[in-house]
Amino acid sequence: MKFGIVVFPGSNCDRDVQTAARAAGYDAEFVWHTNTSVDGFDCLVLPGGFSYGDYLRTAAIARFSSVMEPVAQYAASGRPVIGICNGFQVLLEAGLLPGAMLRNTSCKFICRPQRVRVEVESVRTPFTLKLRPGQVITLPIAHGEGNYHVDGETLAQMERGSQVVFRYCDESDEPTPGSNPNGSLGNIAGICNKAGNVLGMMPHPERAAESILGGADGRLLFDSVAQWVQGGGRIV
Amino acid sequence: MSDELIREQECIWRTMGLADEEYERIRQLLGRDPNYVELGMFSVMWSEHCSYKNTRAVLRGLPTSGPQVLQGPGENAGIVDVGDGLAVVFKIESHNHPSAVEPYQGAATGVGGIIRDIFTMGARPIASLDSLWLGDLSSPRARRLFSGIVAGISGYGNAVGIPTVGGQTVFHSSYESNPLVNAMCVGVMRHEDIKRGAATGVGNSVMVIGSTTGRDGIHGATFASADLTETSIERKSAVQVGDPFREKLLLEACLELVARGCVLGIQDMGAAGLTCSSCEMASRGGTGMIIDLDRVPRRETGMTPYEVMLSESQERMLLVPTPGREDEVREVLSKWGLEAVVVGEVTGDGMVTLIEGGDQVAHVPAKALADDAPVYHRESSKPEYVDRLAAFDTIGVPACTDLAGALLQLVASPSIASKRWVWEQYDHQVGAGTVIGPGSDAAVVRLPGSKRGVALTTDCNSRYCYLNPRLGAAHAVAEAARNVACTGARPLAVTNCQNFGNPYKPEVFWQFREAIAGMSEACRALGTPVTGGNVSLSNEDGETAIRPTPVIGMVGAIDDVELRVPMGFQAEGDIVVLLGYTRDEIGASEYLAVVHGVEAGQVPALDLEAEGRLCRLLATAASRKLLSSAHDTSEGGLAVALAECAIAGRLGATLRIDCAGHDAGLAPDRFLFSESGARALVTVEQSRLDEFLALAASLNVPAAAVGCVGGDRLCVEFGETPKTCTGAGAERRLDVSVDALSKAYEEAIPCAMEG
Repeated sequence: MKFGIVVFPGSNCDRDVQTAARAAGYDAEFVWHTNTSVDGFDCLVLPGGFSYGDYLRTAAIARFSSVMEPVAQYAASGRPVIGICNGFQVLLEAGLLPGAMLRNTSCKFICRPQRVRVEVESVRTPFTLKLRPGQVITLPIAHGEGNYHVDGETLAQMERGSQVVFRYCDESDEPTPGSNPNGSLGNIAGICNKAGNVLGMMPHPERAAESILGGADGRLLFDSVAQWVQGGGRIV
Repeated sequence: MSDELIREQECIWRTMGLADEEYERIRQLLGRDPNYVELGMFSVMWSEHCSYKNTRAVLRGLPTSGPQVLQGPGENAGIVDVGDGLAVVFKIESHNHPSAVEPYQGAATGVGGIIRDIFTMGARPIASLDSLWLGDLSSPRARRLFSGIVAGISGYGNAVGIPTVGGQTVFHSSYESNPLVNAMCVGVMRHEDIKRGAATGVGNSVMVIGSTTGRDGIHGATFASADLTETSIERKSAVQVGDPFREKLLLEACLELVARGCVLGIQDMGAAGLTCSSCEMASRGGTGMIIDLDRVPRRETGMTPYEVMLSESQERMLLVPTPGREDEVREVLSKWGLEAVVVGEVTGDGMVTLIEGGDQVAHVPAKALADDAPVYHRESSKPEYVDRLAAFDTIGVPACTDLAGALLQLVASPSIASKRWVWEQYDHQVGAGTVIGPGSDAAVVRLPGSKRGVALTTDCNSRYCYLNPRLGAAHAVAEAARNVACTGARPLAVTNCQNFGNPYKPEVFWQFREAIAGMSEACRALGTPVTGGNVSLSNEDGETAIRPTPVIGMVGAIDDVELRVPMGFQAEGDIVVLLGYTRDEIGASEYLAVVHGVEAGQVPALDLEAEGRLCRLLATAASRKLLSSAHDTSEGGLAVALAECAIAGRLGATLRIDCAGHDAGLAPDRFLFSESGARALVTVEQSRLDEFLALAASLNVPAAAVGCVGGDRLCVEFGETPKTCTGAGAERRLDVSVDALSKAYEEAIPCAMEG
């Protein structure tokens, strides 16, 4: 199992993803943003950070990196791609996932552990094989622009197609306004494309992949995709 | 400006912040009149910020050596050995004046500067801490500065991707117009990768790498060395503008250069920009340097040599590459989207020589700039207030008839209340190494690729330092050591940021001298040498100085992060043990200030040997896995420490305290709120209690099992005390719900900031 971690100028969770993947027993190598090939990887990770400083708009420049064309082809071929935080924003800007990010309603950066409810059947995406629908996991969030937005029609389609993968929720596992950290539409914390192989999420599974860091729930996502790859990579 | 203008405009050096006698000294060192560019270079290098001319003589008394020290003061940062061939690099520095004028950029560039000091040494930064001192939160100005400063730290540190894991935030009216922003950064590397800021090898290239040079921050160092006045508030041009994206690229590029062996010497361009980096590198290398200013990449046109030399544009480095590796340096920088340009070479004449348009525009001995600033022995005299306030007798303080009310008031006072509002704006987890995050005694960060960790804290109680600077500064060191030890780590070494008022005032200089003496005593006694830091003087608005604020940044080592000890209560049934001896010491306390509105009295006594024994006990007990939790008692005394353990662990406790073994006849309020040193509150599993108590006895630390963790209330009952004792008549029982404490503690700052 080998993860490819795409490094944009300003990515800063690239090393953390590598640490988490290796701690879970998998290979993980970096893919530089100017690369024109992403061959040889079983899963691509677009990590968190501040690509190009996020100066124009989060991820607005990173989507033009030369690596993004092979990333899009990789995704189109049905292989697993996950964008975390800034990586999620890149996937949105690149059109690999629908919607856009607004600033957090508090207008402040927020870093804290967050309860997140799994909204889909395990087999919906390669990243949730080891998770049950309705299961609540705790993952850290750390972002200034995680307020997910999309038009009503698309949202309705996404809901029907089980594309909403994770929602922020409270102590009773309900996605209440009080448990919404950033104003995100429908408490959305993570979504996938129609095929299910491309996942974007604001919480950081790589920061919760060892219990000494405060929790190991994030490791389930790494293990899920590894199991999916070992099982021959089957899209349901 | 031409040289003629200097003569015409008499005494121009004064407008640059140089005294007449300093100008004379420059003339003597050069054997001629300096030209305008040279005068500008001297004025920044001889500012207090760069030369320590007013403080150097006093700072010589600090202990700076020890077996763990790999690099003491004098470099960009200090370095200590933490075992396994790993070295930890750390330093704290102030960015007070810029933050007063432009809080966001001032604080942001403070963070940027200290991060560069760390990776300049070849280390990967792994954590930042910020010690913030602001005016009373009821003041709109203090709130504006507070928001801006926190946003600036968040904006810069988060983007660079270095976790901000700790620090402190304190509020007091003396910081109203002159807030303090002291930023600390910590990095890790292997011993063999240590790089120094020296220009060696005559004929070697000198390169400017990173960002371009603009007009921002000109005379920043001089600005930082003068009082803040209404006119200085206008001087926003002296504040630099930060670009964390470039900093991140520069960081990665520099570490790649180090890994490839391309670096012979390197120094960041912070205060006094190219002037400081060129003369310091040459001076350390015993060499000179010639620089062709036309080759320095600019972001603005028409810049004069003066502006190029004094610009404090951020995210730049001066590099002496390994000979023959210039092209490789260019390739690496280009990969990271940055420039690398050869601007000159190392010379053997000891001079910094600047060329523009083929003409020599400056020719100054590097040592004269870097090392020959005058050393002043400032007059010092004890301020009148010291004895007057120390004479305040706490016997007259009325007994507390509502212990719960007093405790709720204390935990809701902004300096003690939860700083979650601050640290949730900081990314404190990036790096996947934060094992204990903000809100504890000290943060603990795992070293990459190792099970070892470092414990990090910043500490100072400026009320103590105001009332008794010597004892106050010693307390700051002792508290830092306790905080580090509470996590299970061994205190290793200290960096410090000395924040004071105008040193030309004898009363201020007295405070400074006393504080350094106290810090020295404590660092010697606790075996934590000082490896660097900085001095920030003239923190006043022309009339009132800030309270003396010698901030201590301490690093401790823990051999295995699995052995770390949390602060909060962990499990029902754990036994609460109070370590140390409690005296009738509510003088200078938080309780006296918050509940009785008095900031006076005797600062608690300090027994440095007892502090050392306590630290050894905490670290040893942690290594034997005897502790469930540990928390030191400091501001607010035992009561606040208990509250913080309960809030953090979401668990109550029931205690019954027998004052025997402590100051005889201590009344409950005194016992709860006294700030006696060398104490901590730990919890131990029932089955390990005897082993722990035996260990404490063997290390000669008083230890008393006083209660049990459990329930959702904090209850403390006291045995009988004689009716004749001080404070007789105080309530005998503290009983308050953890929920009420938690609410008061968590809501105080958000309510003040957001209403």
